[in-house]
Amino acid sequence: MTENVLEVNDLTMHYMTRKGPVFAVDGVTFHVKRGEAIGLVGESGCGKTSIAISLLKLLPNNAKILNGEIKINDVDTVPLSDKEMNKYRWKNISMVFQAAMNSMNPVYSVEEQIAEAMREHMPHLSDQEMSEKIDYLFNLVGLDPALKTQYPHQYSGGMRQRAVIAMALSCDPDIIIADEPTTALDVIVQDAILKRIREIQEELNMAMIYISHDIAVIAEVSQRVGVMYAGKLVEMSSTEDIFHHPIHPYTMALMSSFPSIVGEKTELVTLAGEPPDLLNPPAGCRFHPRCPYATEICREQEPDFKEHAVGHYAACWHPGGVK
Amino acid sequence: MTQDNNTLVDVQNLSKLFPIGQGVFKQAESFVHAVSGVNLKIKRGESVGLVGESGCGKTTTGKLLTRLIDPSEGNIFLDTDEGRVDIAHMRGKEMKIFRRRVQMIFQDPYESMNPRLTIYDTVAEPLNVQGIGTVAEREARVSDLLETVGLTPASSFLFRYPHELSGGQRQRVAIARALVINPDFVVADEPTSMLDVSVRTGVMHLMQDLADRFGVTYLYITHDLAVARYMCDRIAVMYLGKIVEIGNTEDVLQHPKHPYTKALLSAVPVPDPTYTREPILIKGGISRPVDPEPRCRFYDRCPLADKICEGNDHPPLEDQGGGHLAACYHI
Amino acid sequence: MSTISSPVDATYIPLWRVRLRLFWRAVKTNWAMFAENPIGLFGLGLIIFFGLFALAHPILISTVWEAKIYDPVNGFDIEIPYHPSPPSAKHLLGTDPMGRDVLSQLMFSTRYEFALGMISAIVTVLIATSIGAIAAYYGGITDILLMRIVDLVIMIPYLPILIVMSALMRVGMIELALFIGILSGFGGTAIVIKSQALTVKVKPYIEAARISGGGDFHIIFTHMVPNLLPIALLYMMFVVTGAIFSEAVLSFFGLTEIDMSWGLMINTTQVFGYIMRFDAWYLLLPASLAITLLCAAFYMVGRALDEVVNPRLRER
Repeated sequence: MTENVLEVNDLTMHYMTRKGPVFAVDGVTFHVKRGEAIGLVGESGCGKTSIAISLLKLLPNNAKILNGEIKINDVDTVPLSDKEMNKYRWKNISMVFQAAMNSMNPVYSVEEQIAEAMREHMPHLSDQEMSEKIDYLFNLVGLDPALKTQYPHQYSGGMRQRAVIAMALSCDPDIIIADEPTTALDVIVQDAILKRIREIQEELNMAMIYISHDIAVIAEVSQRVGVMYAGKLVEMSSTEDIFHHPIHPYTMALMSSFPSIVGEKTELVTLAGEPPDLLNPPAGCRFHPRCPYATEICREQEPDFKEHAVGHYAACWHPGGVK
Repeated sequence: MTQDNNTLVDVQNLSKLFPIGQGVFKQAESFVHAVSGVNLKIKRGESVGLVGESGCGKTTTGKLLTRLIDPSEGNIFLDTDEGRVDIAHMRGKEMKIFRRRVQMIFQDPYESMNPRLTIYDTVAEPLNVQGIGTVAEREARVSDLLETVGLTPASSFLFRYPHELSGGQRQRVAIARALVINPDFVVADEPTSMLDVSVRTGVMHLMQDLADRFGVTYLYITHDLAVARYMCDRIAVMYLGKIVEIGNTEDVLQHPKHPYTKALLSAVPVPDPTYTREPILIKGGISRPVDPEPRCRFYDRCPLADKICEGNDHPPLEDQGGGHLAACYHI
Repeated sequence: MSTISSPVDATYIPLWRVRLRLFWRAVKTNWAMFAENPIGLFGLGLIIFFGLFALAHPILISTVWEAKIYDPVNGFDIEIPYHPSPPSAKHLLGTDPMGRDVLSQLMFSTRYEFALGMISAIVTVLIATSIGAIAAYYGGITDILLMRIVDLVIMIPYLPILIVMSALMRVGMIELALFIGILSGFGGTAIVIKSQALTVKVKPYIEAARISGGGDFHIIFTHMVPNLLPIALLYMMFVVTGAIFSEAVLSFFGLTEIDMSWGLMINTTQVFGYIMRFDAWYLLLPASLAITLLCAAFYMVGRALDEVVNPRLRER
């Protein structure tokens, strides 16, 4: 077994719409090591959720993976059929969805729903073992196992999110994708859940991709961070590099436009313009219309996603804003 | 209480109870005390942040101040040209005139505009309803304002529909609508929480600019303390219908007095991987204030709770020095 | 704040012309969506065909067709010895047992069917939209009262009531259209429109309108009704189908006082005992087919409109 649980190479996927194809993910390359937590950050519509559903191959009808490979434990899952992919879902790769209420069925108890996923992927378990496992999972995510026979609507928002995390963990996945799991929650509940997620991830030595638009949350949960803009991965490095020494102008702007309650109250930077329309993305670097450092080459040629320092990747002609 | 000439809005003992289980022929069984006994003074030109978790009553307070809902109790005094007027129980024509003075900006830029009206119709609505100006004057005023909020040239936005605009642009339109009749006081209910980071800063700066230029006073409702830090001169923290702490922004954020404020602050994630936050001491989750017991609202979750807190009513807001008020027996 | 200046822009276009342009653009985009649906186009084609069919009748009567022979109600062809007669060059669909031209009858009735369908649909939708919007907006006791009326209308067996009505009074085309409009379907439509109105009512733009000082009237007519119109239009199509169908049933029983209609044509066939005679197909088939086709046409247009109005049904 190699070190990488997940390798994504040159992944490109699009949605067919009435007005034409929308390239939501365009040539994205990254890897996740065993037991590593990476964060994917970007604004709405930048393709971060599209990456998540491509990894699980839970694509809607109008979406298609056009190019690239997704290697889960060295097996490329792109050519797999839906049925074959089912063997990998939950067991090797699982996901915590954004809207916890919608990802649970209101007519089954929480226990039944978790058990259903387990029965499919771990048929060797007896009912007794399954019940014990669910108790273990409930304790793991910080829920009282006595509540497992209740229905989702009897849970509060935070409890529901914990139950969804328990469900995602039920088949001992190698990698878990968390798509904005705390966005709808209040800060105090969010804090408790983030803490749990971090503990579980370390305890189980599980790889995690944490997707969020909130860079403050990303800073807390991840060891490496990828920054997405308009369907492209524009920068990826260790969390500290991204936050303290970003080299892509978009990341730099993102960092200096995010308010914080601690430290000195610095002037927030405004990024001019709006994110591009992916039906009709700008030529060259997709960030050039909003970039303060853009030059001729940015308007004409797309920069490669390459290593600028050890482990620090970025797609920019003028890394660090140097002309 | 001393009457300060500079006070624009003076909220006194404002309460709102929502009945539970009430029918047309049925009496309510119990009440949710969404807002109870709130006192708040807002100075002219000031921007006050109202922060708290969802369900703490901050949105209800906003709706009471704009008189979208009727208060159960209390007074809202507004300083006008004709002196101090209580708007809490105003009705009819008087009310309609008052509406020119107070406006609101909503959270969701996608839902706060009628999809079947053009930008012009949306922004001109207050002028239309109030019967201000001729059609040509309204058009000129709307164009002016659209350019002021950064939608230039206005002519290319006037007759577009909301769905043709991005979230940031729509929120700018919403700001233009709120300002079109020159209000004194604007309640902004989470105006930037649904915007992306790169667009959000622009809208925040715009709101500050306009406040300075037109002398608008804001009540800025938000759950995001970091945004409140940049937008507000003072911050009021709400918990289950009560203001538990209020003071100058930096005072509240750097030296919180109330145990709830402390917990709230240490729960806010910090965009710095090297920073370690203080652990949160409070327990449990927020509940609904249904017929609350006559004791401190924070009693069930408070790490400092003791006999005094249980035996007495909810503590009053007391000055801790420098206009920093907190409602707690153990400071 | 800056003073209000009057527009001096040379390219200034008056407001009403801008609105006209916007309306035209909306028509075009909606048409483009509608035109993608072959079923809707087929239905619309049928409706246009029947429309031309109805218009052709007065023209034919005043030019080619001699009124004495071809009048749909009083005409009689003495040259044909025995009525009903099968289709011939003179009478393309034959004559009925009373010696009248079937094609002429068919064309003459079409305009009535249209008028009947449209009037009853407009009546139904007007009532349903008002009830739906008012019940949703005011809520409380108003809502309860209006919804009980709706329940009552849903439960009324309206065909029997129409039969009793027709016994008590003279029921012409207009009366019938009003009766059908009021009694037949507004219950179901009102419930659908109310549920739509409830989702509109809680939108922040309604609150924004109220904060601006807009009264109930302003909010209902500027904000709620325009958002209910598309769905009301859709239900109008389905009501038309129902009205034409009801008229056929009543006329077949001979309960209406209408000069001529498709239902009455079938009634004549039955009264003279030709209903089960397959050799006299030309008496039964044209009217039955016309009823079926026109009903189907409005239904198909309704289905296609549904896709335009309901974004969820739209294929991406």
